Amino acid sequence: MNNSMQLQFKSVSTNEGFARVAVAAFVSQIDPTMDEITEIKTVVSEAVTNAIIHGYEEDPNQTVYIECEINDNQLSIVIEDHGVGIDNIDLAKEPLYTSKPELERSGMGFTIMENFMNKVDIHSIKGKGTTVRMVKDFQKSKSYCN
Amino acid sequence: MQLATQFIALENVLVVRLEGELDHHSAAHLKMEWQEQMQKNNSKHVVLNLENLQFMDSSGLGVVLGRYKEVQQIGGEMVVCSISNAVKRLFDLSGLFKIVRLEENEAFALLTLGVAS
Ligand SMILES: Nc1ncnc2c1ncn2[C@@H]1O[C@H](COP(=O)(O)OP(=O)(O)OP(=O)(O)O)[C@@H](O)[C@H]1O
Ligand SMILES: [Mg+2]
Repeated sequence: MNNSMQLQFKSVSTNEGFARVAVAAFVSQIDPTMDEITEIKTVVSEAVTNAIIHGYEEDPNQTVYIECEINDNQLSIVIEDHGVGIDNIDLAKEPLYTSKPELERSGMGFTIMENFMNKVDIHSIKGKGTTVRMVKDFQKSKSYCN
Repeated sequence: MQLATQFIALENVLVVRLEGELDHHSAAHLKMEWQEQMQKNNSKHVVLNLENLQFMDSSGLGVVLGRYKEVQQIGGEMVVCSISNAVKRLFDLSGLFKIVRLEENEAFALLTLGVAS
């Protein structure tokens, strides 16, 4: 199977739920397990929330971009913002590191993404924005089994 | 689907039941309500019942951690119960089980805090 989709939406927190459901619906065509759907929803929520809170510092008039691609049994998700960018990516990826402890962030977003996906690449340029690319391999289509 | 909350004060324990989706969008309001209920009822301990929580991400971890710190300040305890495997994974990853006790269900969690329901 070969398919792709693109989404863009305003940087408001109501769209976190929208993004989760939209990506999960797109992924449903490769027949994921319930656990896989939960993992996808969670990582989308993490990256979109980061774009809104950190990238755009809660400015509601910006845009978050999502691109998804399915190639055979591999899913890639790219989530992008044109916000402030990340100073030190290695530091940002550390479990429990957050630049906004006053907002009750736990600093677990990137750790969760890395745990739930097979691959996570972060690209960021100060003042230009951040792109998070995540890849997940799915089991071969279960429908062949019966 | 949004987040619905139910707060029940039993002696010095506040039972917090969450239903729906706990993310950044719903976290701020939950924090406010939760703090209000702790104050109003003069609660010391918390039992967090996540039986009907459909979704949670790191924003939820942040709210739980924030309330844990407040409960700890007054010498109380935070107990979580009835959690799904997905939420359990997040708690495991973040090390939250080192500070928040996990129990099977709400009645048993209450019992461990000296409240017979
Ligand atoms: N899109 C982004 N733009 C700018 N900075 C970012 C972005 N995403 C992450 N960061 C930086 O990386 C840090 C770590 O991100 P991570 O998601 O792991 O933790 P957090 O968002 O601070 O807390 P949590 O995700 O647990 O609520 C953030 O505190 C922030 O400084
Ligand atoms: Mg985050």
